[in-house]
Amino acid sequence: MEAGRKPSRRWKRNAKRKNKKNKEKGLLMSALIHQARASYAFFERNWNLTRRYWAWEIVWLVYNVANALSITFLGASAQSWGGKGIDTNRLILYLLIGTSVWSYLSVTFEGVTDLITMERWEGTIEYTFMAPISRFTHLVGSCWYAIAHGLLFTFLQLLVVGSFFHLDLGKANYGTAIFMLLIGSVSFIGFGIAASVLPLLFTERGSQMSYIVRALLLLVSGVYYDIHVMPAWMQPLAQLSPATYVLTGLRAGILDGAPIWSPIVWNSTWPLIIIGLLSVPLGIYIFHIAERYAKRTGKLKRNG
Amino acid sequence: MAIPDLVPAPLLNTIAIDPTSDAIVIAGATKVFKKSRPLLSRLRQHKGNVEDERKRNVLAVDHIDLTVKRREIVGILGANGSGKSTLIRMLSTLLIPDEGSVSIFGYDVVKDEATVQRLINRVSVEASFFKKLSPMENLLYAARLYNMSGADARRRIRAILTRLGIKPERIDAPLEDMSRGMQQKVAIARAFLTSPIVLLLDEPTTGLDPRSKIDVQHFVNELRDVHDATILITTHDMDEADALCDRVAIIDKGRIVVSGDTATLKRAVADLRGLSEPVSMNDVFMHYTASHLITEEDVQRYGSWEKAFEALEAQREEEE
Repeated sequence: MEAGRKPSRRWKRNAKRKNKKNKEKGLLMSALIHQARASYAFFERNWNLTRRYWAWEIVWLVYNVANALSITFLGASAQSWGGKGIDTNRLILYLLIGTSVWSYLSVTFEGVTDLITMERWEGTIEYTFMAPISRFTHLVGSCWYAIAHGLLFTFLQLLVVGSFFHLDLGKANYGTAIFMLLIGSVSFIGFGIAASVLPLLFTERGSQMSYIVRALLLLVSGVYYDIHVMPAWMQPLAQLSPATYVLTGLRAGILDGAPIWSPIVWNSTWPLIIIGLLSVPLGIYIFHIAERYAKRTGKLKRNG
Repeated sequence: MAIPDLVPAPLLNTIAIDPTSDAIVIAGATKVFKKSRPLLSRLRQHKGNVEDERKRNVLAVDHIDLTVKRREIVGILGANGSGKSTLIRMLSTLLIPDEGSVSIFGYDVVKDEATVQRLINRVSVEASFFKKLSPMENLLYAARLYNMSGADARRRIRAILTRLGIKPERIDAPLEDMSRGMQQKVAIARAFLTSPIVLLLDEPTTGLDPRSKIDVQHFVNELRDVHDATILITTHDMDEADALCDRVAIIDKGRIVVSGDTATLKRAVADLRGLSEPVSMNDVFMHYTASHLITEEDVQRYGSWEKAFEALEAQREEEE
């Protein structure tokens, strides 16, 4: 604009609109930064808790390794039961993938549900729920730590258990394995959020109740067996479990070297995408309803 | 020593607040809790058993009306189980009232929950923390939830904790190694850290030594005087209420039985007892939370206020 001239009405209007737009943009940016900081707060807090409870992490790792070994030794001994002609290497790998997914799902699930239990026990639950953050930020913030923790934990377990056997992993496609775990994680988070409603509503035994969700998911997903050996009425349930697709994709990648773009992996990927897209918003919605109920009935308080 | 580190929290910049409006308005707030029953007992229960249903209901807050002006320090006094904490939890967006409304600077705690959460903070009677983590780790977590950057939060946390008498070497050590009083100071620091414009203190000095109590009282006063905060405090400590509060409300069985400034209440009870000197706040509290509100007729009938109090308490025990 030239100096000494009065701004026109149109210029003023445009400037006002521009200022309003910038202000809105600024507010949006500020809100996003706030939610990102809050999400990181959960990651940092959970990491600090893991560091302080390091002895418990070791105990848990030893327990999982012992469990995984007892199952994979079953595979190693298959020939001695009279299972001549069985590809032992393939059977051990098949079972090892099953135990790893079981571990990963357990650690991720516990990462979400145990935090509600722990917050209730320590009494911090009220402070977290009165903080000015969205529930989405709260839950996703807790979940992304659970995923990172679960992946690291499962990797360590695989290393230890793998060292007991001379496994031929020459055909394994690790890219497919990581891809399947990451895609599957989104659905696991959705189920985990929905299951974390249990410790929110049932103050004393809610955490233990969430084990049933995990156990049922794994029962129908073919962790140590092909889903076709289950009774006919159980088989449709396998189609609803994300673990079924993760296991199929992982086994195709590790046992047969299938790449991400192969039909078998794709046929496991798209259902996972759909389940993930549905389960996360549904999990958050269920949590929202449970939170309102807890606030109406006074269940949102310390227990311990 | 002032609190130089308490600047308005970044979250408050985006909220429109009418400076002339009341800070807290509680209108007819009511909260009833239902005692849960074992499953078998539920199945056996006959439909429409009104008496059993009534017994299961606990009226925690009963049609409370209270207004707190901006920059006021108001005390809620009451015995254990009188409804003080339920009221604070309704203001903190942690409980939804069954009836009535509760608002902070015109924002309803249910409808405008997210806005209210930016305006308030709270200190509860138990210092609720992750006890394995250090004060710094716990407060850093809280600060990030209130949109503070890590560097800024660390600086403010050290300043506030030092101001509250926490030794620097304790700031990074696990909280579980600290005394209950020290933990409570960290809880107070957590609330001050976010510079709320309405601070809800639920028995904040319970368990603190006399010096720490005075420190906290100075801090609360400063928060109001320098940072324009409005403070609602529940306490059992009558001396604290007398020293700190502009006004008190005594709550009994979920209802406010009397409210006013402490000098007026002390004078009123002294007049009722026929004393020339004002009574203590303890006497005021005992008077209004007695099982039976002692009237002038009771005093005449039993000879003195004390005798009337004893007789009526004995009568209540007999009835129970």
